[in-house]
Amino acid sequence: MNENTKKTVKNRARRELLKYTAAAGIAAPFIKSAKAAPTEINMLAWYGHGEPDVVGAYEEANNVKFNAKYYAGGDNMLALVSQSPPGTYDLILSDAEFVSQLNAAGYIEEMDAADYNFDDMLHDDFKQFPGHWKDGKLFSVMVRFGHLGVSYNTNAMSAEEAMSYKSFWKPELKGKVGHFDWHLPNLGMMSLLNGNGAKLWDLDDAGWQALQETTMSLRPQAGGFFDYGGTFNSLKNGEMQAMCGIGDWITGVLEKDGAPVASVVPKEGGIQFTESYSIGKGSSKVAEVKKFIQHMMSPEGQLRSTEMAAYPAFCVTKGGRALLNESNPKEAQRTGQVDGAANDPIVLINEGRIHYRDIPIQQGLEDWNDFWSDYKNA
Amino acid sequence: MSQANRKSRVDLYALVWRLPIILWQMLFFIGPLLFLIAMSFFLVKNYRMIETFDMANWNRILSKDYFWSSYWYTLGMASLATVLATVLAFPASYALAFKVSANTRRWAMFFLIVPFFTSYLVRTFSWYVILAKTGVVNALLAYIGLGPYTMLNTPIGTMVGFLTLVLPLLVLLQTLSLSQIDKNLIEAAHNLGSGRVRTIFNVIVPMAKVGLVVGALFCFILSFGDFVSPYYLGGSTPQTLSILIIDTSKAGQQWPRAAVVAICMMTTLFVIAFAAIAYAYRKPKS
Repeated sequence: MNENTKKTVKNRARRELLKYTAAAGIAAPFIKSAKAAPTEINMLAWYGHGEPDVVGAYEEANNVKFNAKYYAGGDNMLALVSQSPPGTYDLILSDAEFVSQLNAAGYIEEMDAADYNFDDMLHDDFKQFPGHWKDGKLFSVMVRFGHLGVSYNTNAMSAEEAMSYKSFWKPELKGKVGHFDWHLPNLGMMSLLNGNGAKLWDLDDAGWQALQETTMSLRPQAGGFFDYGGTFNSLKNGEMQAMCGIGDWITGVLEKDGAPVASVVPKEGGIQFTESYSIGKGSSKVAEVKKFIQHMMSPEGQLRSTEMAAYPAFCVTKGGRALLNESNPKEAQRTGQVDGAANDPIVLINEGRIHYRDIPIQQGLEDWNDFWSDYKNA
Repeated sequence: MSQANRKSRVDLYALVWRLPIILWQMLFFIGPLLFLIAMSFFLVKNYRMIETFDMANWNRILSKDYFWSSYWYTLGMASLATVLATVLAFPASYALAFKVSANTRRWAMFFLIVPFFTSYLVRTFSWYVILAKTGVVNALLAYIGLGPYTMLNTPIGTMVGFLTLVLPLLVLLQTLSLSQIDKNLIEAAHNLGSGRVRTIFNVIVPMAKVGLVVGALFCFILSFGDFVSPYYLGGSTPQTLSILIIDTSKAGQQWPRAAVVAICMMTTLFVIAFAAIAYAYRKPKS
């Protein structure tokens, strides 16, 4: 090959390279778009619900992407919804006691009950959960729940001692009883201790006065008021030996990590937190959201929900519980999600020891909050 | 060119240079402040703010005992943090300004800035390991047969957090202020027979007064409004005004009531800041 031929070949090769590069450049956007962009679903939820351990596999399998906006507390959730235009949130995870307020304000869509397998629910109450239905129409579907009671360091207290809220007054626990910094579960527990039972949220003036006195008498025992992170840390490092206002949703995470902590539902009763999915008013992705809620009600979805890394909760369906027992019997045992177990959450509900969390009926939330501020400053 | 013309041109020149900061303050300080004041008269119904003019929020908050106990506690803790930080920072600043080489001072300044590279929240959480009952301090005290002492979730924890926040900044400000002092004056004081301590109080402190007061003021402002230390190291026991703002806004989304607390805090800070600045720039009586 002479010098000229070499040059020609080299030039041709360069032209070919440029040609294919240009062609690839032009084609690239079309190649990329061969896989459709994922459908974005705007979710409003407590922390953890939009994390990969819960929705990652579903996103992958269904080409959707969750844009999660997290809130802390039902008040906060209601404010976020009320301050946003309709259609901002496609999917709303709410504490059950706030569903009726979401509905009353017209922030959620009616749902078709036939779309969801209510027959698989573990308890009849879950099928017709208070506030989820109005005039025979469905507005929210319960997806998980948990129980609140006495949470304690197992080195400081026995399970038997923890079986009463009175254990918070143990002299050895002076300055070592922590509070989850939210008035509702704390005062709810004090109301149960006062013997209000099923009427724990419906207190007349005398009952409200008695509740305040009981709570104030606990103040010398109180060592601090904490958010999720603070509660977690203070139990883990042993600064707090007992905690009021929480349950297995925090101690469960620590327990799995080997910390000597546990939670029980005391004899005076426990409080149930209930989390439910609703479809946001004006959502343009109703079909996609419905499909996701159906997935979360499926055994697979229930398993992911109950094992959520941020905070565990109980399954609401028989299918979910069965799959949990099959795939993670240790966790099923630990949480009592075994049919017939003494601490089976369904058994506790049937025994009347569990009361669904609600908001105060005869007082305003702000009255409870004012008292909570008084208590913190006492 | 007449004197009047020159004056108006000078004013225009000055105004152009001042304009960005004026606009900035209007947009990001005066505007939000006016909105905050207006919001304190709004009402909340069904988690929505109703724009009205009602004194209900002011009456409610100012009549609550918990507001006043939080107020005095916050004021007391911020004042104590200011005094402690000023006293603790001064020897270090003095040494950096007068006793070390320029190179050492540069390195020290660098290391004082380093803590700001990490989040204050992270620094606060690291105190858990140190102050816990099973932490480093109690472990060391145990060697000499003391403790364990409860430091977390107490005002001690809060104070440690405040000092973590303000001490490096205060040393920086004090060092910069002390470095500006003419060393000849200190030498002159010594030559005239003034001892070291007397020189510090009669020469150095008066000459660095503005810097020292401004440093202390920063310390007070940061401590007074801090939420992280009282919440995470102090365990909210008792609660400060910043925690009260969080609580109030969380419960029923009572932002207008939280605005009342915020305005009370800002008023306090304004009064203290003006008093401090007036004191700093007050000319000594001749």
